[in-house]
Amino acid sequence: MAEEKNYKIIQPEDTEENKFLKPENYKREVTAPDGETFVVDPINDYFCDAKPQPHAPNTIKIVEKFLNWARSESIWVLGYGTGCGSIEIYPLMTPRFDAYRFGVQQRPTPRQSNLFIISGYLSVKTLKRAIRSYEQMPSPKYVMGLGSCTINGGMYWDSYNTINRLDQYMPVDVYVAGCMPRPEALLAGFMELKKRIKEGKGEGANEYAEKFDWYKANQKKVIKDWNMPDYNW
Amino acid sequence: MKILYVLFSFFIILNYGLLQTGFIRRITARVGKRIGVPFYQPYIDLVKNYAIRSQFSHGVMFYLGPVFRLSGGIGIFLFMPLIYGNEMFSNFSMSGDLILILYFMFIGMLGMALGAGEGGHPYSIIGITRGLSQFTTIEVPMTLAVISIAAQYQTLSISEIVAAQQGGFMNWTIMTNPLATAAAMLAFLGMIGYAPFNVVNAPQENPLGPPTEFHGTFLGMLQTNRVILHVIESILFMNLFFGGATNWLALIVKAFIIYFYAVFIGTVFPRFRIDQSIKWFLFIPTILGILAVIFIS
Repeated sequence: MAEEKNYKIIQPEDTEENKFLKPENYKREVTAPDGETFVVDPINDYFCDAKPQPHAPNTIKIVEKFLNWARSESIWVLGYGTGCGSIEIYPLMTPRFDAYRFGVQQRPTPRQSNLFIISGYLSVKTLKRAIRSYEQMPSPKYVMGLGSCTINGGMYWDSYNTINRLDQYMPVDVYVAGCMPRPEALLAGFMELKKRIKEGKGEGANEYAEKFDWYKANQKKVIKDWNMPDYNW
Repeated sequence: MKILYVLFSFFIILNYGLLQTGFIRRITARVGKRIGVPFYQPYIDLVKNYAIRSQFSHGVMFYLGPVFRLSGGIGIFLFMPLIYGNEMFSNFSMSGDLILILYFMFIGMLGMALGAGEGGHPYSIIGITRGLSQFTTIEVPMTLAVISIAAQYQTLSISEIVAAQQGGFMNWTIMTNPLATAAAMLAFLGMIGYAPFNVVNAPQENPLGPPTEFHGTFLGMLQTNRVILHVIESILFMNLFFGGATNWLALIVKAFIIYFYAVFIGTVFPRFRIDQSIKWFLFIPTILGILAVIFIS
């Protein structure tokens, strides 16, 4: 027996905003078991689109200094293989380079990571996913751009499908130049990041929240098929 | 006054657990020819996780999940006599506390299931399903072993079981009731959750299992619970099977050796799939447990 659907999909209006909406995110009219009908709008109901708020650092200076030291000594990495650079991240954790010595550990979920490594070129399609992952990370969060592609596009500078400058789309703390940078360069990047955090300059998350509209406008300029909420955590 | 003693021993156990976690991570790193994290890394991770600024919630049970888990860990701690014959470090041990401790072991798991379920991440739901089914099968040999030693000593109080084992190692349960010890020590491998029974968290395969959505303070609570639980479970097994401890040094040495036995097996063996581990627990350890009950009665 075919399953009877208890909802009716409402076709979206033909506007610029709804152009790329996926069928599973269409509004639908649902009939509950008790006969009541109501409208479900997945984009607004299933995601939170509240704007990010800047979080002020601790007002007691010595406490904030101590917390910054702890943050710098315990960097949990979201190793998201965006480009060819991801191949340089694996040897980091193996005996030869052993980043664990510096308190750098890998974490498989954005919820628990502090450092987002954009490893190499970032195609527009991946940028969308990178933004979602970045927004899911809890504050304070840091971004490391790996390789020349994240600085000025590198060898992809005139490609039709990659972005050229990463810091127009998310606040970057440290760039590691090279094509590709060796794991030693990455370790040096970690040291530089630690210095920045200890000085209290690792406030990328607050910067992102303060200049949110500017970042969103930049992101929407390149991502043509924007079919997700503006801010999703 | 008793509360102060309990808080003091809680402080010792927490610090010992954090140091032990750090050292074990260093030891396992050496097995892989790495240098490994500094031994104080668990402290830093804990401070950092409690200092995360923005937190998101998925609902009430998401908050309560880690709370349940931590109260399960602390609940076990509260009823565990640490040092035999010392009023200061006996906590709230009483007659029948063995049953209570077995119950507390499961309540943390159930709370975590509710919390992880509300988190809504598919991986956490897969992880917690595996965790619950594996833990249910671990309980079988564990409970059989507990029934066996309860019949042997005619009591359900841990303090009295420890008291009955005093006077040389020939009085320890491992000598007087080796079958129950064997069944329980095999169940212990599953409780600690290193390989081959780490399919619940399953690094690299099912990235993090139940705590996938937990972050910041929630994760800090889970970490705190994890270190307490590991130490306190080692102490439980020390009390039940290895004659307890009469001073802190004996406690630390025995608890570390018992814990290290699980770590040693974890670094040597690969991971079981969930159907394999369930079958394994229901086969050899359960048969040993049944034999232990038959022989003692």
